[in-house]
Amino acid sequence: MKDNIPSGRKTGEEKREYPEDRERRNFLKMGLTVTGMLAGGTIISLISTIGKTFAFDAYREKYPYKPHYSMVIRQDRCIDCKRCLEACVSTNHVPDYGWRTIILKRELSASIDQKWDFIPILCNQCNNPPCVRTCPTRATYKDKKNGIIMMDYKKCIGCKSCIMACPYNARYYNEKRSAIDKCDFCFESRLSKGLKNVACAEACPADARVFGDLSDPGDRVFKLIHQLQKPVWVLREEVGAKPNIFYMKG
Amino acid sequence: MASSAQRRILPILKPALGRVLSGGGIYLIFVGVFALLTLIGIVAGIHALFIAGTRHAYGTYREIPVAILISTYIFFVVASTGLCLISSLGHVFGFPSLLPIARRSVYLSIITILSGFLVIGLEIEHPFRMAIYNILSPNLSSNIWWMGTLYSFAMVFLIIEFIFLWRGTHGKAVIAGLLGVITEVAANTNLGGVFAMMHGRSFWYGQYLPFYFLLSALVTGCAFIIFFVVSAHKINRLVIDEMTAKALEVVGKLAVFFLIIVMIFTSWKMLTTSVGGVSAVEAMKALVTGPYAFNFWAIEVLAGMIVPLILLFMSRFKNILLMFTAATLMIFGIFFMRLDMVVVGQIVPLYYELGVAEFSRLHKYTPSIHEILVVLGGIGFCGLAFLLGEKIFAGFRKEDSIPAAEQTVTVPEAKEVP
Repeated sequence: MKDNIPSGRKTGEEKREYPEDRERRNFLKMGLTVTGMLAGGTIISLISTIGKTFAFDAYREKYPYKPHYSMVIRQDRCIDCKRCLEACVSTNHVPDYGWRTIILKRELSASIDQKWDFIPILCNQCNNPPCVRTCPTRATYKDKKNGIIMMDYKKCIGCKSCIMACPYNARYYNEKRSAIDKCDFCFESRLSKGLKNVACAEACPADARVFGDLSDPGDRVFKLIHQLQKPVWVLREEVGAKPNIFYMKG
Repeated sequence: MASSAQRRILPILKPALGRVLSGGGIYLIFVGVFALLTLIGIVAGIHALFIAGTRHAYGTYREIPVAILISTYIFFVVASTGLCLISSLGHVFGFPSLLPIARRSVYLSIITILSGFLVIGLEIEHPFRMAIYNILSPNLSSNIWWMGTLYSFAMVFLIIEFIFLWRGTHGKAVIAGLLGVITEVAANTNLGGVFAMMHGRSFWYGQYLPFYFLLSALVTGCAFIIFFVVSAHKINRLVIDEMTAKALEVVGKLAVFFLIIVMIFTSWKMLTTSVGGVSAVEAMKALVTGPYAFNFWAIEVLAGMIVPLILLFMSRFKNILLMFTAATLMIFGIFFMRLDMVVVGQIVPLYYELGVAEFSRLHKYTPSIHEILVVLGGIGFCGLAFLLGEKIFAGFRKEDSIPAAEQTVTVPEAKEVP
């Protein structure tokens, strides 16, 4: 008999899923996806981002690391002043032939106002990192506590397979370190010394880079990613590396 | 201890050295040239790694981190797999017509691995760390770790196999040979897996490469066998005997068979990629109509596949000169095939589809002088080891190496050219 009752709300079974609910959700998803695509081409909506970026639905509420370091880049706020790059270079002693983070420029020729889009990029600290899988000596690894992709410089043999494997061009060979170097969310230079923010985010005058803990519902990063009004996306989602750098506008 | 070792080794070394020195003027000139190339290659590599720095000495950079040195390594180790597989058909899997080429092929398989190791040893920034941390800190999910480890094991098995073959203990040689085949195939497909599992690089990603590596290994193995067996008879001033000619005929037919499959494979790779994602299409366009079109059409396809195929058919697998020319062209084409595969997989920028100004054009790569010298060093080492091997092991002719009871064909002594 219960099965014939058209709406679960009548019986108080709130957890039960009904076709009309699913349709409504799908419609919402589609709306957000379309909005995302209009905003940037490679955009996916918030709901699909979270669903696809992390392996399990459980990650929507629970992230695998504590703290689960992450960054949200509010793309339209970036003015290409490069203070973030300068801060990164001086904090992490990045040589002039390499970079840990840069700002890419995309020309918006069809736009009637803003002509350039600035897209900061850095290591995506992936949850499914191709670089870690390919390194023959475990010189690069994902920290079990905070999820940062770290380097054990002394183990690096310089085969450069991690550079080849990285879908985000986030690695280079550092002659001084005699090893591959990459962004470690300033772990070595700042976080391990008790500081709470990364150099690039702290230097940004436009608050374009927001660094934080995705596992903390009170954190800005968590709130920015879990809001529903603005689309959030990741770069090169199709690779399936499950990145932890999120992009949004506004 | 030392004196007993000396007593055992000296009687072997002295006549071997005598054979090398009495090899004739042209032989010794080639030995000298290959030795010089090896030396120059090693010096160039050491200079690049430890003095100048690879950033200055090699043509690779952040966006093209590996290029001609890795492709040369692939060229050699894949050839090793092919040589091992083709030679194993004779003495491991019991195809009697291939028995006459077994010992030389196993030896060639060993020296091609060593040539590959020499080149990659001069490519990797820290070869000594590799030796330590490959053992102390292995990453079992890494294809590169498996590939390197398996090729090392394969080399050991091949050396054991060669010793047993040389001593005439055929039964033990079969076991070592079988282990060699298994590790070679595993290493070879893992090498394909290194590229095939890079999900950020759409030109490489997929199940195609491991199988392609194995298939192209067989083609390379056939080409190497024809090239080196004919060269060896020239060096030793011998006419090719009937049994060796029969073996070359079989290898020639196998080469045609595998070459045709490689051509079908390559065609389908092109067709499937042409409807793939933007990056893969751009890479394929670069190969087929762009900056790598000459390499692809003129060297890989025409010189490396079509002309050898025609020559092999024309030879009716009996005309040694035509077969030798076909094998030489195939080897030349395969070398560029490896280079194109490695470089073209990286020339499309990772952010190409994002439409950003910094990565709107394809990357370019030109090998540096240091890299070319290291490649020549690897080729020089392979040539030197081949020439020395021919004299040290007396043209790989030894009546007792395959016991008569186990032979289904006899391996007659080749006749000297008058």
